[in-house]
Amino acid sequence: MTDLYRKEIEIQKEQFQDLVTELNAPLNRTGSSFKIWIGFLLLLIGVAGFMYIRQLKYGLGTTDMRDIASWGLYIADFVFLIAVSLVGSLITAILKLSNIKWATPLTRIAEIIAVAALFSALLIIVVDMGRPDRLWHIFVYGRLQSPIVWDILVVNTYLVISLLLLYIPLIPDIALLRKTMGHKPNWQQKIYKILSLGWQGTEEQFRILDLSLKVLMVVIIPVALSIHTVTSWLFASTLRPGWDSTIFGPYFVAGAFMVGAATVIVTMYFVREAYKFKDYITEEHFNLMGKLLVLTSLVYLYFNLNEFMVPAYKMKSGESAHILGLLVGEYSLLFWSVQILGMMLPILLLVIRPFRKPKPLMIISVVVVIGAFLKRFLIVTPTLLHPFLPVQNYPESYHHYNPTFSEMMITVGSIAGIALVISLFIKLFPIIPVYETAHEKGFSNEIINNS
Amino acid sequence: MGTLAASSGILTESCNSNVKKQESGQKIKLLTSNNDLVEVDSAYISTLNKDLAPNHNSESRKGLPGKKFVLVVDLGKCKNARKCMDKCEAVHQLRPDQHHLNVLLMKDSEHTAPYYMPKHCQHCDNPPCVKVCPVDATFKRSDGIVLIDNERCIGCRFCIAACPYSARSFNWFEPKDAEKYKNVAYDIEKNVPQKKGTVTKCTFSADCLRDGKLPYCVSACPNGVYYFGNIYEDAVTNGTSGETVLLSELLTKNSAYRLMEDLGTAPSVFYLPPKDRTLIPEIGDTNS
Repeated sequence: MTDLYRKEIEIQKEQFQDLVTELNAPLNRTGSSFKIWIGFLLLLIGVAGFMYIRQLKYGLGTTDMRDIASWGLYIADFVFLIAVSLVGSLITAILKLSNIKWATPLTRIAEIIAVAALFSALLIIVVDMGRPDRLWHIFVYGRLQSPIVWDILVVNTYLVISLLLLYIPLIPDIALLRKTMGHKPNWQQKIYKILSLGWQGTEEQFRILDLSLKVLMVVIIPVALSIHTVTSWLFASTLRPGWDSTIFGPYFVAGAFMVGAATVIVTMYFVREAYKFKDYITEEHFNLMGKLLVLTSLVYLYFNLNEFMVPAYKMKSGESAHILGLLVGEYSLLFWSVQILGMMLPILLLVIRPFRKPKPLMIISVVVVIGAFLKRFLIVTPTLLHPFLPVQNYPESYHHYNPTFSEMMITVGSIAGIALVISLFIKLFPIIPVYETAHEKGFSNEIINNS
Repeated sequence: MGTLAASSGILTESCNSNVKKQESGQKIKLLTSNNDLVEVDSAYISTLNKDLAPNHNSESRKGLPGKKFVLVVDLGKCKNARKCMDKCEAVHQLRPDQHHLNVLLMKDSEHTAPYYMPKHCQHCDNPPCVKVCPVDATFKRSDGIVLIDNERCIGCRFCIAACPYSARSFNWFEPKDAEKYKNVAYDIEKNVPQKKGTVTKCTFSADCLRDGKLPYCVSACPNGVYYFGNIYEDAVTNGTSGETVLLSELLTKNSAYRLMEDLGTAPSVFYLPPKDRTLIPEIGDTNS
């Protein structure tokens, strides 16, 4: 071995160590603004918890749901969270299997969003239950013909695969943390030791890791499509105008990819700003994610055209009250705000390059996410308020649905929970994959293992 | 009815018991369901506690053998007296804004006169609510009745979303008079006591039917709106006059129809169109 070669190795080792230090920086630096942020999230979750205890005591009457609008904000939130979780499969599986390399630094962000959103979705659906104490009935008396049972099956399958897709690429990174985080408290080191599963970084281990990831990436795609398709069937399997639609499955999936892409953009913006990851999450990433958002929004626009234009053209009795309520009636302001601000305008703006710069793109994405939430509300509520038969002999308030403070705070809490999980995750594990980034920057396993 | 149940219960016990009981020598005469008079040693007699659940709830899931119940509503006779609604609300421990039965003011088109339409659960033969229930809490019996077991219901309200007739109600709060019903054993067929966080619905008064009586709402009507009976016997009885008529004739002669037939739900409730109305209501009569 020549001296020159040895020197080259040393330089590379140093470069790799710099990379590790930079990517693991969030684990070592906790400022007061982070503590305030966590405190704020805990406060929101605390309020939600208090409201939920109150709801348990007095019943679901603490919401504004009643016999006519019998589903409301919680179900809209559930559909929204399931939609958000779909982005995990888009970024980690679909883009990766298509050999699109630029998305690598975003895979972990997408996957932790997916996992956190799924947990939150599972919680909110329990919150919506009149008898959460009877949750076990589903496992004892479950009947396979109910779309709820299908949903439970596919959502939990998706959760397991998503956890694996989050965890498996983390193993080499955790092994690295075991080496570099000697100054951390014992419990944290113990977590790293257990989770790294004795990783040595051998060629054989990498081969197994790559193979299992590939299998999971293929498996997760049909499961991802099915979680949102089955969720749409909770509505489409009924006879009600507005829900009785054959395109609900793909319509929901398309909307999910749109809101998922927007959620990743918002998250990556704040991660980049907070932890100075400008070299890893570049302006080009925003540019490309912006294009992806345009693509997914266009697909969603196409489905919206089908979903609203076709029944509006026919004005079939039964459907017409629902459609008119959305287009020109009680819900028209909300409907058009969501359609224009949350879908059409973003498409128009984002085809212009300057709007795909980080800040404008982030702001547009926030609007898309809010619009997507309100869209779920518009899918759930107006249909219930327009049943086939007239609503009579009920108090006036039964004709409307205005979520109560309690409902809103619990819903906000479910979103705050996701932010909390992501924020804490960033403090425990590298949010940008270390090994994958190193591999893509051309570091060999030899350098990585011996640094 | 009570005697029959008691005697058959005793016979089952004497047939199935493997343990030889100490006979007392004292014989008791009993009438069996086959109308035979039999003698049984008093040692084999055990009394059933009538204060417990009137029928075992697993029995309530099966339905009455040889029956398929049908309700016929003569819309021409309904004067919106609401005695049926009041009775229903009282019997089933419902709040005033909870309806197992709701009398609606209908107007089919611009140029037809409005009329009152009592609307129950339609006890569909293809019930959308039963299909979607994840835990088999709501079910369809062999006699056509759709019931809900509120000790099984998890409160997901999917059945409410699925029902095109808006026939179901939820206990959003602690039910009315919960304190009064605290020690009452749960009866699926009456769906009482109500439980917070569960769905409740019209039962066709299955508890009355088991006793061979007409449903509460049917007998409460002062205007002869309701006919109720067994489709297999092709006979229905008017709840007000007590007159029994041929079902098929009543339906064909009056051009009976079912609500939203095109949905394919196959209801067990038939409506006779509102001809010869005794009252033509003004729109705005109900607090809609």
